Amino acid sequence: MKTTNRAGLHSVKLLIASAVALSALGGSASAAGELNLYNWSNYFAPELLERYEKETGTKVNIDSFASEEDLLAKLQAGGGGYDVIFPGTTTLGVMVEKGMLAKIDVNQMENFKNLLPAFTTIAGDEDRAYSAPYMWGTTGFSYDPEMVPGGALEESWKEMFEPRDELKGKIAMLNEMSDVWNAAAFYTGVSKCTEDPAEAQKILDLLMAQKPHVKLYSNDGTIDRMIAGEVAVHMQWNGASHRVKEKKPNVVYVYPKEGTTFWTDVIAVPKDAPNLEEAKKFVNWMMSPEVAAIASNYTGYSNAVAGSGEFLKEDLRADPAVNTPEEYNDRLRAFENCSPASKDLREKVWTKLKS
Amino acid sequence: MSRAGKNTLYRILLIGPALLAITIFMIVPLGLMAYISFRGRDYSGGVVWDQFTAEAYVRLFFERELDGTLALNFNYMAIILRSVWLSFLTMVISLAVGLPVAMFMATRDRKWKAVLVFMVTLPFWTNLLVRNYAWILLLRDHGTINSALLWLGIISEPLPLLHNAFAVAVGLTYSFLPFMVLPIYASLEKIDLKLVEASFDLYANRWQTIKRIILPLAYPGIVAGCVLVFVPALGAYITPELLGGGKTLMIGNLIGFQFGAARNWPFGAALGLFLLMLVLTSLWLYARRYRGEMERSP
Repeated sequence: MKTTNRAGLHSVKLLIASAVALSALGGSASAAGELNLYNWSNYFAPELLERYEKETGTKVNIDSFASEEDLLAKLQAGGGGYDVIFPGTTTLGVMVEKGMLAKIDVNQMENFKNLLPAFTTIAGDEDRAYSAPYMWGTTGFSYDPEMVPGGALEESWKEMFEPRDELKGKIAMLNEMSDVWNAAAFYTGVSKCTEDPAEAQKILDLLMAQKPHVKLYSNDGTIDRMIAGEVAVHMQWNGASHRVKEKKPNVVYVYPKEGTTFWTDVIAVPKDAPNLEEAKKFVNWMMSPEVAAIASNYTGYSNAVAGSGEFLKEDLRADPAVNTPEEYNDRLRAFENCSPASKDLREKVWTKLKS
Repeated sequence: MSRAGKNTLYRILLIGPALLAITIFMIVPLGLMAYISFRGRDYSGGVVWDQFTAEAYVRLFFERELDGTLALNFNYMAIILRSVWLSFLTMVISLAVGLPVAMFMATRDRKWKAVLVFMVTLPFWTNLLVRNYAWILLLRDHGTINSALLWLGIISEPLPLLHNAFAVAVGLTYSFLPFMVLPIYASLEKIDLKLVEASFDLYANRWQTIKRIILPLAYPGIVAGCVLVFVPALGAYITPELLGGGKTLMIGNLIGFQFGAARNWPFGAALGLFLLMLVLTSLWLYARRYRGEMERSP
């Protein structure tokens, strides 16, 4: 008898709990004093959620997507009820073009002046009418000095694309079409948005000649692979390189002199955001130095806010992979939206490389 | 209502849900895929719904030269042929390994049979992705196999076991082996062992017995096993991605690439349909060739 009672009580509790949860879900989209974020998982500091709530009394909820295709699809379907989203540059361009974002005039915001000059404009949103920068990073390569001849490599893509004999078979590439294409374009001196098949052929020749010496193409496990010493050189994102250094402090991250791709993730507001005014305040808040630093401390990537350096964790500040030394600034190449003809060539090269 | 009418009604009611499920979950998506494959390509992902074009199918076989003329394109064909070859290889290895295993299982006593069948199905308890990752741990340079061989002094340099076609073949065979073993086991289990004894009584040796008694009787199981291995291997995605090291694509990866980084949905849909046609054609040829045997066998 007692057990049945308990079971009954338990299910009543469950019912109440789910009813509360449901109403909370339903209400969250419309209630004032609330904000719903939509971001990659593990890409937003929980500390900031609390902090914002304490400072403004606004409750912040967060939901995560697994790929930008998901984000795009969900917004296109008109669902979500999200106030603030965190897309990458490519997706930002699509969203602006398709009129999916609210014009929040980031350039007029109080904290806009805090941004590093390079980030006051971005392909697809040149005036910063729709978006503020969130995190940014670079695609270079890492190497383990103990595994390379002489203990040091040139700061050039040459080391990857035309590896020395000792390194043949000990290099790994990212399995990311645009990153590989860009690097090869920088090295061959071809524009990355080229529409000339002869130039694309040059890139293909380079990649095909390199292929026998590549151990694998992969985006997964790049950190473990470097730590385990399975490869000596790895094309890598800078945040990943930073995490290799936690285990192998000697590893070097190279910003190749021919050109290093850098990517930016942004903060934007969907057109039909339920809490538009609140969202604007939040975007402005995200551009303050201390907040940006807390965000970086959590993600391990750089932010675009000047003056955030002093609030950064020591290991981030000390790592040139994350805290890009000024002398490398002219090696960084921003995202460009290439023409369909150029994208076709890139895709053709990639397919030929893999067939 | 007449009895016959009532029966028809019952029949419709009973078949209805299954029919509905097939329509919603198979016919509609397939139709949508066929429709998308004839639409224009939206470079930012998705399709241009109001544009009709067969460009996706042209692309499968030809590529446009600079002056707009079409030239034969072997890139996609190479990927498709490699997929067929690897799947065929997987099927042959699975058969070579699976047949003796099934024979062994079928000739144990009843208690052992249950245990053995359980052991064959055990891998299904773990996600395919996890099992493929396990193969990475086994095959990589500092992995279990290479470390053991190095320690034994058999080799002095790690063997290149991972990130090549060999690793893909191993992974695919491992993934689909139970689909070969179980149907063969099922058909072997039904064999009356007296037939084997009779064969020996008539002075057939072991090989003759296997060839003329056991194999013909196991035939339906072998055919079913081959189909069950070949077809899913042809569409494999995870195994070539993880164990192949991204160096060579199989058709599944090519399709994934079109919907992902390449943002060419119509072409991805066309490739998907092409794969489907490939499978259906090979099944049809198979059925036509072996229809006789399958009907004759019990």
